[in-house]
Amino acid sequence: MTSETLVEINDLNFSYDKRAILKGINITMPRGKVIAIMGGSGCGKTTLLRLIGGSIAPSSGYVKVAGQVVHELSRDELFQMRRKMSMLFQFGALFTDLSVFDNVAFQMREHTNLPEAVIRDLVLMKLHAVGLRGAHKLMPAELSGGMARRVALARSIALDPLLIMYDEPFTGLDPISLSVIGNLIRRLTDALGMTSVVVTHDVQESLKIVDYVYFISEGVIAAHGTPAEVRDSVAPFVHQFVHGEEDGPVPFHYPANSYASDLRLGNRFA
Amino acid sequence: MPRRIVLGIRGVGHRVIESVWRLGRASRFFMLMLLKSGISLRRFHLIIREIYFTGVLSLIIIVVSGLFVGMVLGLQGYETLQKYGSESAVGTLVALSLVRELGPVVAALLFASRAGSAITAEIGLMKATEQLAAMEMMAVDPIARVVAPRFWAGVISMPFLAAMFSAVGIFGGYLVTVVLIGVDEGSFWSQMQNAVDFRYDIVNGVIKTCVFGVAVTAIAVFEGYDAPPTAEGVSGATTRTVVTSSLAILGLDFVLTAFMFRGMS
Repeated sequence: MTSETLVEINDLNFSYDKRAILKGINITMPRGKVIAIMGGSGCGKTTLLRLIGGSIAPSSGYVKVAGQVVHELSRDELFQMRRKMSMLFQFGALFTDLSVFDNVAFQMREHTNLPEAVIRDLVLMKLHAVGLRGAHKLMPAELSGGMARRVALARSIALDPLLIMYDEPFTGLDPISLSVIGNLIRRLTDALGMTSVVVTHDVQESLKIVDYVYFISEGVIAAHGTPAEVRDSVAPFVHQFVHGEEDGPVPFHYPANSYASDLRLGNRFA
Repeated sequence: MPRRIVLGIRGVGHRVIESVWRLGRASRFFMLMLLKSGISLRRFHLIIREIYFTGVLSLIIIVVSGLFVGMVLGLQGYETLQKYGSESAVGTLVALSLVRELGPVVAALLFASRAGSAITAEIGLMKATEQLAAMEMMAVDPIARVVAPRFWAGVISMPFLAAMFSAVGIFGGYLVTVVLIGVDEGSFWSQMQNAVDFRYDIVNGVIKTCVFGVAVTAIAVFEGYDAPPTAEGVSGATTRTVVTSSLAILGLDFVLTAFMFRGMS
């Protein structure tokens, strides 16, 4: 592993109830890059994030973050490591009983002994970075979906992590909020020198901002490359995915008996 | 037919194993919560905030119910006692019923449906909206930060709520019997003072409320934490909190009463 690699995923397998979700995944994530992991719904993308974050342990293989094998850490060591990483959940997962300000201040108050005056300045700076300094008194229920996502982003950079994982950051956003969030991910990654892993199925938006893309299909990496390579790819799966075609290697129909026999048409049309 | 019987037996077995499994999980969760209570006890403002939500906001329902229960006790007690010419003992009857039984039990039942259900729903929804997962990812333990403060707030609030219930109930009984019906005020209070023993009646009542407080809030936080993260799961968990804790209160009340007041004159 080079010193430039932050996350190393090596021959990672994960099964749930004997059903293989991930099969032999190998990914290297260099520092300071935005990496997208794409794939259809239910292909194991979120599972991969949970494996990197240490919420679940792999069946075999390992995930190394900053040189440490995640699933071998004790709970205390894992919590130590999690101070260096953060995660943006699909719908923000803001604490609904705390104001915007307190949400961003949460980790600072839990993990540091900073005086309240310093926390105040830091929180306002983080909120300024996502353009919501003026909203610090609002409660999460008063925010729009896009604003909530931005507050969650401010909260996830609260302690200047090395790694941020985004779980479907573009879901359910209007086009303006979509590009705001996309640009923020890029800008914050560059400004703070962190590494971003974006799990998404929003192809067009993510191809604008990422450095490298991995496609996961049926638990294996189906393709990978830079955005330009992906756009020009002729591999059937990538082509279908990037251009949103209805049918292709990923079939439109769920596997079923023959249509005629399901409609009880006998042999007439079979 | 035999196949049905086999299936029936299997179903029963499955349910039994499932319940025992769940009980084990609940016990483990309870121990874990006690072990992780240090943080919230050190940062007491976390508990105070929850005491406001579970305790202070339950005051209205406790006070109003206490008043009515006391007034009904006064009326019924007077009805019966006057037949034997001992209506002045109505104060004793109201006070003993409230302090020993009705105060702890009814206050705990109200607390379970008002605060217990709210705790379950809140924790369940925090889980469903990934707030607990987010907290885990921030290296903050949700059991220490979310569950333990709510548990201790409930345990602390419960005895005070029950005491309030009994006090207001006695006042309700006084209103009806002394002010309205005209029972002699002096004998109402003095008989009560003579009959109610601090050690046997009040302390035992307080012990009961503490036990109920632990039972209700432990059930509420566990059900919330264990709820499936869906709308259906949270609603089911809320219902289970009210049902299970009500049954637990009544069952525990019988056991405690049997130990405390057995053989007393």
